Amino acid sequence: MQHKEPLFHIVRRPLLPWYRAALIRLLSIVISLIICGLLTTMLTGLDPVKVYKTIIVGAVGTKRKVWTTLQNTAMLLCASLAVTPAFMMKFWNVGAEGQILMGCLATAACMLKLGNLPPTILYPVMAVTSIAAGAVWAAIPAIFKSRWKTNETLSTLMLNYIATQLVAYYVVLWENPKGSGAVGVINADNHEGWFPSLLGQKYLLNILIVIAVCIFLTIYLRTTKHGYELSVVGESERTARYLGIKVPSVIIRTAALSGALCGLAGLLLVAGTNHTITTTLAGGRGFTAVMVSWMSKFNTAAMLLTSFLLVFLERGAGEIATVFELNTSFSDILTGIILFFIIGSEFFISYRIVPRTKHSSKEAK
Amino acid sequence: MTTNTPVVKLRGITKSFGGRKANDDIWLDIYRGEILALLGENGSGKTTLMNILTGLYYPDSGTIYLNGEETVIRSPKDALDRGIGMIHQHFKLVDVFSAAENIVLGNEGKLDMEKAKSDIREICKKYGFAVDLDQKVYDMSVSQKQTVEILKVLYRGADILILDEPTAVLTPQETDRLFMILRSMRDAGKAIVIITHKMNEVEELSDRVAILRHGQFVGDMLTKDTNAQEMASLLIGRPVELNIERPDPVDPQPRLEVKDLTVTSEDGVLKLDHVSFTAYSGEILGIAGISNSGQKELLEAIAGLQPVDAGTITYLAPDGTNDELIGKDPFDIAKMGITLSFVPEDRLGMGLVANMDLSDNMMLRSYRKGRTAFLNKKDPRRLAENVVSDLSVDTPGITVPVRTLSGGNIQKVLVGREIAAAPTVLLTAYAVRGLDINSSYTIYDLINRQKRNGVAVIYVGEDLDVLLELSDRILVLCGGKVSGIIEGRNAQKRDVGLMMTKLGGGISDAT
Repeated sequence: MQHKEPLFHIVRRPLLPWYRAALIRLLSIVISLIICGLLTTMLTGLDPVKVYKTIIVGAVGTKRKVWTTLQNTAMLLCASLAVTPAFMMKFWNVGAEGQILMGCLATAACMLKLGNLPPTILYPVMAVTSIAAGAVWAAIPAIFKSRWKTNETLSTLMLNYIATQLVAYYVVLWENPKGSGAVGVINADNHEGWFPSLLGQKYLLNILIVIAVCIFLTIYLRTTKHGYELSVVGESERTARYLGIKVPSVIIRTAALSGALCGLAGLLLVAGTNHTITTTLAGGRGFTAVMVSWMSKFNTAAMLLTSFLLVFLERGAGEIATVFELNTSFSDILTGIILFFIIGSEFFISYRIVPRTKHSSKEAK
Repeated sequence: MTTNTPVVKLRGITKSFGGRKANDDIWLDIYRGEILALLGENGSGKTTLMNILTGLYYPDSGTIYLNGEETVIRSPKDALDRGIGMIHQHFKLVDVFSAAENIVLGNEGKLDMEKAKSDIREICKKYGFAVDLDQKVYDMSVSQKQTVEILKVLYRGADILILDEPTAVLTPQETDRLFMILRSMRDAGKAIVIITHKMNEVEELSDRVAILRHGQFVGDMLTKDTNAQEMASLLIGRPVELNIERPDPVDPQPRLEVKDLTVTSEDGVLKLDHVSFTAYSGEILGIAGISNSGQKELLEAIAGLQPVDAGTITYLAPDGTNDELIGKDPFDIAKMGITLSFVPEDRLGMGLVANMDLSDNMMLRSYRKGRTAFLNKKDPRRLAENVVSDLSVDTPGITVPVRTLSGGNIQKVLVGREIAAAPTVLLTAYAVRGLDINSSYTIYDLINRQKRNGVAVIYVGEDLDVLLELSDRILVLCGGKVSGIIEGRNAQKRDVGLMMTKLGGGISDAT
């Protein structure tokens, strides 16, 4: 009967100091970049250093590119912040995409139909309607969940399709010029409802608003009674009932907040950047946001970094696709590898791998 | 057969979980033909050690000798192949399969059900099991399921059996039967290890005790050479008193009056049937009853968590005003100025939030205080620090999630928080379930302190000995009805036992 000791076994680590955890994460990114480089050379024969340089140039190479990257980061961050309260409450809001679109739709409607109002009235009206539209779109599944215990994952997901079709309907209704099948730039002449440029930067207002949302949400989640209640509901509904927390109203309130922030993202997309509406305006951010939120473990500062990293990679990857005439799928491969390493590094933060010791392997013969 | 050479020798077993040493250089011998009781407080490393022996965990260092030969156990299958079988606290059976199907499940090779059944019957006859092999698991009582688990490891040829707190879920009669079987297996030369922290069982059943404390091996001795007092002192590391205090109630006043309380569960089962009683201040009212006789519904109805069909629950405040509690939720009750504390049965699922830290858990009751929308985090932090130091909670700090604490420490946190509110009524459900001796006595002491402070305590318990020692009066529930209320000081265990199974102890048969 000869039985070998296993080659290694896995041991849970004591809580690591933050700098060691950060070091492990950093190391994972470095390793992933090396592997991406090797893969690039193997598959395309290109010089990996050149490829990386192009990625950086693509993301932050010019002033204009810096602002675009920052703007995209702000939008992804806004969506990620928006879904966070819902997920902390274990309300699986996968309907951010639809909620953002509803915000877009409300904003576009205001700009088209109320464009002649004075700006002091028009802007508040746009803000209120877009936020309300997103909130309602998220509150509907929340009401169904708290009343009839329906599954919110399904209902929020289905509402995405309804939102898309609604937008499609209005795109046809508002199409300009006729027959183009698109709305075109809204109020192209006088820019009614467009966000003004700040310090000559057209995206600066968007970015500042998202920073404000980030600060607001951090305070809301960490220091307010509402924030505390929603995490109790998320952790254990029975505990919440035991304390006399009105669970249905917390669910509806929190989902509505989540939707409201998505609606705000819609406002920023239409009034701040695109000045038009299409069915794909949300651009999958509502789903990417779910990943950002979970990857950051609901930490708002981590969300900022994660959003930036994702946008940076995406923009850089787009650049190498055009510069080296590679398929865009190649950039997706690189992004995938890097994300895999970042997520995988969490394992090494919680666990340690202990190899077979010389001592016992000698004894096991 | 000689018992001189141990069948299992554990040498220098060490295992850490995240920096904490669950097992620290443990040496232990297990002999054939002997029942070894492995004693230790919660978190002392009993279960970890046995999990290492059965291949669930792999030790950081140390060696296992089986029949004198050095052995590496890499998986539970490895362990079973070598004749080591474990019966866990939580059963792992397939509900829709029959007893026999569950027993043969996982066996390799061709399946001959008839032969298997006759083999199993052989085992049953040998050791005195009574089991219907064709009965489905979902139809079985807890004790029957346990029997199937034991048969499963015996059928695989285990001759070293480890049972993790096997009596925690059994009635006294079922426990007796289990002990009979264990003795007959011992007499047949098997090595048996039971993990427990019930002293009376150790004394009744085991031949030898081994004691662990804080992950270290304290010592082992023949059971006949020791006694409960000595074992408890070794367990805890200092001399302990095993008596529960029962001070006389001082100036008892009616505090809570329950009249004709009737509760039906969601699926239409009558859970409480015209229950009436009065709880007095400065008194401990024990609630006895076999499990699921309406204890949970009674406490939850008082706490405002259970919808009620009929009846009244009146709170008689010390200032002479009366308030009706039915139809109010816990928040309403608190708003009325009534501090009613409730230590529920489900500590981590209801009383506490497992993933939150100690400080945030302290805040659960008090977070609404203050008029602003913001939380006051300072007071809960101070409260957490006080609870940790007053109740000597074993924790690395107040910022660790409560789920990382051991059962006894979790309960201290919960009870500490509930008491900190300075309640006038304290409801406790199975306050010492799963707790070791030391923690249990801390809890009894805390409850008695509340009683002295004039709190009306309602104590739902399952250990009759404790109920009889602790309670001033005992209300016995039987199938949702009050079987009787008796004085705790001269109550007989036998009488209470009878009242638990028959209304009025069989004197008047109202069913």
